[in-house]
Amino acid sequence: MVYDAIVIGAGMSGLAAALRLALHEKRVLVLEKHELWGGLNSFYTLRGRPFDVGLHALTNFVRPGTPQAKGAPLMRLLRALRIRHEELRLIEQDVSEIVFPGARLAFANDFALLESEVARLFPSQRDGFARLTQLMRAYQLNEERPPPPSARALLERHLSEPLLREMLLLPVLLYGSAREDDTDEQTFAILFRALFLEGLSRPAGGIRTILNLLIRRLKQAGVELRLSAGVQRVLVADGRVRGVVLESAEELAAPLVLSCAGRVETLALAGRPSAPADEGRLSFLESIWILDRPAHALGHRAATSFYSLEERCIYRRPAGLIDARTGVLSSGDNFGAARGPEGELRLTVPASHPAWRALTPEAYAAAKERCADEVAAAVVEAGVTADFRARRVFRDVFTPATIERFTGHRGGAVYGSPTKQLDGATGLDGLVLIGTDQGYLGVVGAMLSGVAMANRHGLAAHAAREALSG
Amino acid sequence: MTEEEVALAVKDIIQTVAPDEDVSNLDPALRLREQIDLDSMDFLDIVMELRKLYGVQVPEEDYKELATLGGCVRYLHPKLAGKSLHCATSA
Ligand SMILES: Cc1cc2nc3c(=O)[nH]c(=O)nc-3n(C[C@H](O)[C@H](O)[C@H](O)COP(=O)(O)OP(=O)(O)OC[C@H]3O[C@@H](n4cnc5c(N)ncnc54)[C@H](O)[C@@H]3O)c2cc1C
Repeated sequence: MVYDAIVIGAGMSGLAAALRLALHEKRVLVLEKHELWGGLNSFYTLRGRPFDVGLHALTNFVRPGTPQAKGAPLMRLLRALRIRHEELRLIEQDVSEIVFPGARLAFANDFALLESEVARLFPSQRDGFARLTQLMRAYQLNEERPPPPSARALLERHLSEPLLREMLLLPVLLYGSAREDDTDEQTFAILFRALFLEGLSRPAGGIRTILNLLIRRLKQAGVELRLSAGVQRVLVADGRVRGVVLESAEELAAPLVLSCAGRVETLALAGRPSAPADEGRLSFLESIWILDRPAHALGHRAATSFYSLEERCIYRRPAGLIDARTGVLSSGDNFGAARGPEGELRLTVPASHPAWRALTPEAYAAAKERCADEVAAAVVEAGVTADFRARRVFRDVFTPATIERFTGHRGGAVYGSPTKQLDGATGLDGLVLIGTDQGYLGVVGAMLSGVAMANRHGLAAHAAREALSG
Repeated sequence: MTEEEVALAVKDIIQTVAPDEDVSNLDPALRLREQIDLDSMDFLDIVMELRKLYGVQVPEEDYKELATLGGCVRYLHPKLAGKSLHCATSA
């Protein structure tokens, strides 16, 4: 069997790319190293409870039929995959917050809340914030040239109050910067829109709702999905991709290979070197607490809290195992869903992959518990949330080493390489990057990336664009 | 198919591809893109539906013929001569 395209990795971008191509009657094969699909956004069951690996919230929420929905990324994505909005069963957040020493900004899916919060806490910054917002709304994505490198510089041009700058930057860094302490203007614009101008929601049933839907559609569209089928090598001849070799030594031919394994990882599969600076340094420790009551019963109402215990936000690989001074606190049961009598809190903080890898197995297990305790103590003491620790039913913790093991991303780099490749090109004809390292992050971003690269490299998107603009 | 039916077939396909757009008042002489929210991805989907529903192959070099509703009718009418109208939404 010769395929039109092979997709390496059943991550969100891989699944979306495969579906998009299959809807256009391409023969597609998806190869996934693990026994399960989803990649960074997979799922598991522990003590009879369903868990998601990497889902706090879905960004880019828009309500269908509203002016904001017109041309919005989520609507484009749904259109491309022929999925109806209601099939995602999205439950909107009520409110989220950004918590800094002495300041708390609330935001919701109605942008007016953030505007009024900024005006209330930083009256002098009102006009600057309005200008910044205007700019973000109109920001044109451009893949021809690299965007201005510093979101901090952008913020400084519009806002004179350092604390407000830091507060707006933190969620963007935590939800999608592959670079330490800053990000480029374009990434800032994409995430500013995705988080603030659009908004947050969660599918009822968690990531399984989206994954089950994708898998069902893939089957209907005739896509072949092989699990426990790791790719060992990408076959290249005369600078062109010919197919792949599996770890089992089986060879499979295709003229197009789309990979969500990551930039450095994909180039290595094709026997190409990459620069050390291309390896991502950012990873996380996440502790998931199951509580004996919903978080709101403890007075915690925010769906998501981005917090920093320092006035200047710190976002880098920590010197030790973790950095408890900054992170995200996410509460699945605060997405309006009646989850039942229990509550769930997720605490995610920057963590160092080399530090975790250096531990012996016994020290590793003990460090997981100690670090999870430290993070919980830090958020409670700083007043980010009420003390929830005594309400613990149980807790699961994963580290950068866990992330590396289950996703193949070197260094457990959740946001991939700091070098993004917006056209997906690898320098080899027919080998294309999708997902995180193509440049779009998160669940919605990764899926959009899969669709965009499928259009561009697998369908005649170029001719279509010319026809439309004439 | 008559020219009116071809126009109907095209509008029906656009509606499937872009369910939230209003296609009832399209001006046949104006670019589709100026009237409704349609990007190159949607355009690819329209071409695909033409193939799936009516077996019409539109080669890349002819994409430009489909920029307006009038252009679509002119280009597709001869190709759809012996075919009958389907409804894309129920296909
Ligand atoms: C703790 C955590 C929390 C997160 N929270 C959120 C959130 O709240 N909201 C949000 O939108 N996003 C969140 N994300 C980010 C989101 O999960 C990712 O951005 C997105 O899933 C990336 O998808 P991807 O398609 O780029 O690739 P990945 O998910 O990285 O998928 C890559 C796949 O390729 C497979 N693979 C690798 N090498 C090979 C090989 N050689 N052969 C075969 N298969 C291979 C891997 O096994 C994996 O399945 C979170 C991530 C984490 C880790």
